[in-house]
Amino acid sequence: MEFLQFFISGLSLGSIYAIIALGYTMVYGIAKMLNFAHGDVIMVGGYLVFTVSTSMGLPVWIGMTAAVVGCTALGVLIERFAYRPLRGATSLAVLITAIGVSYLLQNLALLIFGAAPKSFTSVVSVPALTLAGGALTITGESLVTIAACIVIMIVLTLFVNKTKPGRAMHAVSEDRGAAQLMGVNVNGTIALTFAIGSALAAIAGALLCSAYPTLTPYTGAMPGIKAFVAAVFGGIGSIPGAMIGGILLGLIESLSKAYISSEMADAIVFLVLIIVLVVKPTGIFGKKISEKV
Amino acid sequence: MKQGSRLSNMKKSTKTNGITYLMLLVAFIVVQIFTATDSMTNLIKGLLVPACIYIIMAVSLNLTVGILGELSLGHAGFMCVGAFASSFFSVCMRDVITSEWVRFPLAIIIGGVVAALFGFIVGIPVLRLRGDYLAIVTLAFGEIIKNLMNVLYVGLDSNGFHFSMKGTTDLGMEADGKVIVKGALGITGTPRDSTFVVAFILVVITVFVVLNVVNSRQGRAIMSIRDNRIAAESIGINITKYKLMAFVVSAFFAGIAGVLYSHNIATLTATTNNFGYNMSIMVLVYVVLGGIGNIRGSIIAAVILTVLPELLREFSDYRMLVYSLVLIFMMLFSSSPAMVNFREKLSLKGKNKSKKEKGVA
Repeated sequence: MEFLQFFISGLSLGSIYAIIALGYTMVYGIAKMLNFAHGDVIMVGGYLVFTVSTSMGLPVWIGMTAAVVGCTALGVLIERFAYRPLRGATSLAVLITAIGVSYLLQNLALLIFGAAPKSFTSVVSVPALTLAGGALTITGESLVTIAACIVIMIVLTLFVNKTKPGRAMHAVSEDRGAAQLMGVNVNGTIALTFAIGSALAAIAGALLCSAYPTLTPYTGAMPGIKAFVAAVFGGIGSIPGAMIGGILLGLIESLSKAYISSEMADAIVFLVLIIVLVVKPTGIFGKKISEKV
Repeated sequence: MKQGSRLSNMKKSTKTNGITYLMLLVAFIVVQIFTATDSMTNLIKGLLVPACIYIIMAVSLNLTVGILGELSLGHAGFMCVGAFASSFFSVCMRDVITSEWVRFPLAIIIGGVVAALFGFIVGIPVLRLRGDYLAIVTLAFGEIIKNLMNVLYVGLDSNGFHFSMKGTTDLGMEADGKVIVKGALGITGTPRDSTFVVAFILVVITVFVVLNVVNSRQGRAIMSIRDNRIAAESIGINITKYKLMAFVVSAFFAGIAGVLYSHNIATLTATTNNFGYNMSIMVLVYVVLGGIGNIRGSIIAAVILTVLPELLREFSDYRMLVYSLVLIFMMLFSSSPAMVNFREKLSLKGKNKSKKEKGVA
């Protein structure tokens, strides 16, 4: 029963990672860049919900809407002013800029909200589920997170495969130049990808802060990096890969916290990344792309 | 003709290197004059060794980022290894080797070599990757090293060393034993051997080695990998070997910076700010601000960014904010295709002008 408890908390954590990883994997697949600031968009989402719902006392749905809209706008702005001018530059330059944006968001949050952790009121009002005569408790947050993760994945898969903007994303990720020649609006498509990724980050931020209710300017950094690990684990650019990778990573983290050492859990997660990259750099679902000279 | 151009190229590199050494020499003399006349505030005195540490960090990171062209986000991890290894040595040997003139050089060598060894072990799997993947894996390694140091307990008694990952009680030591590494509490009682003169000598050695690597056959091989990996491979350059070489040299000097760091403070602990991601990013800011691949620039940037924040204490809240803006704008200015075109146009205009002037004359 104890194992099952840890398993479910891992599943719930993994679902959050999966939602964040979707943002990473889509941006990486389409813009071919590692958006380091993605984790910090989660933190911004958390603070938006906190400000609107906890501080101003407005209903949760208004807070969630504000977070999703705010983060979407933020994602598009970051893309427009920091990343778009660097399209065609070396990946080193883009990566350093992304790190700069990540630091900028963290330090802006530090200036506005201060370093003291804020206690976040959960956005979930679903009651906890008690099974097996009280031996097993599934929190409402876990239920909602897992459900949200499944819904998001289905909707996103349908969007990418069935709609016109979704197919444009496929085209841009496969060959940007050819897509442009076929009349695909490349800049628009990349901006759309950032918008979707950031909206997902806002949802992930609210869920993350509901499950772990302390909010600091650095809340997003670690989950962001771990979600990237999840995206790589599942095969970067692949939507089901991000999902599976996220959930596996959540399980690994939760179980190693329970059975190995709570201090070493992060180290174990990173070790997984290194092993995956060395053994199978394309991840579980990744396609092998041969390099053209 | 070819000979002539090669000669002038060599002269150019000797000249720029000469300026770098001259700059260091002048800085050293100025500091010595100020020390001799005792006209330095304690604040500045306290910054001398850290400035040297950051110069070594920035110059060694520049070898990876600027010369090899791969972004390492785990540079502080190697500093951490060097700091802990040397501090461990110094604390153990404090009563055995009493002369700091013997103990400290040994500590420096141990710190550097252990960090280089870690660089080698880490480098073998990491350097198979490139770009974003390499960056994220070096970040992961840095975090793993920091995490390990926070759960490591080492004690010494009459039976030898005891290791544990759980706590001091788990070490199972004799009554005469002494705990040296106390997990998250780190190492205490490292002798404060770091002096400005030693730190300065290490800066000169670092700069000398890195500049010589850059201008050597190996350095050109490393730069060819940066500029075009496939072309370099096709002319028979062993990519893994040269990448590993740059990485290990870089780790070695980061380790030495760690030795200076640990022998400059009383209690050595591994936190995000000194050995974690934040430190790696800070050193990256020095490198980016000084110019990627420009060793002299790294030195100047490291000194300015160490001294300036201390003098502008009242703005310390904005320091990291400014750093992040520096990163973004430096990159937009130096690398965005639009800016590159713009600058090319400007320099073309300048060249045409000078040609015309020459024609008139």
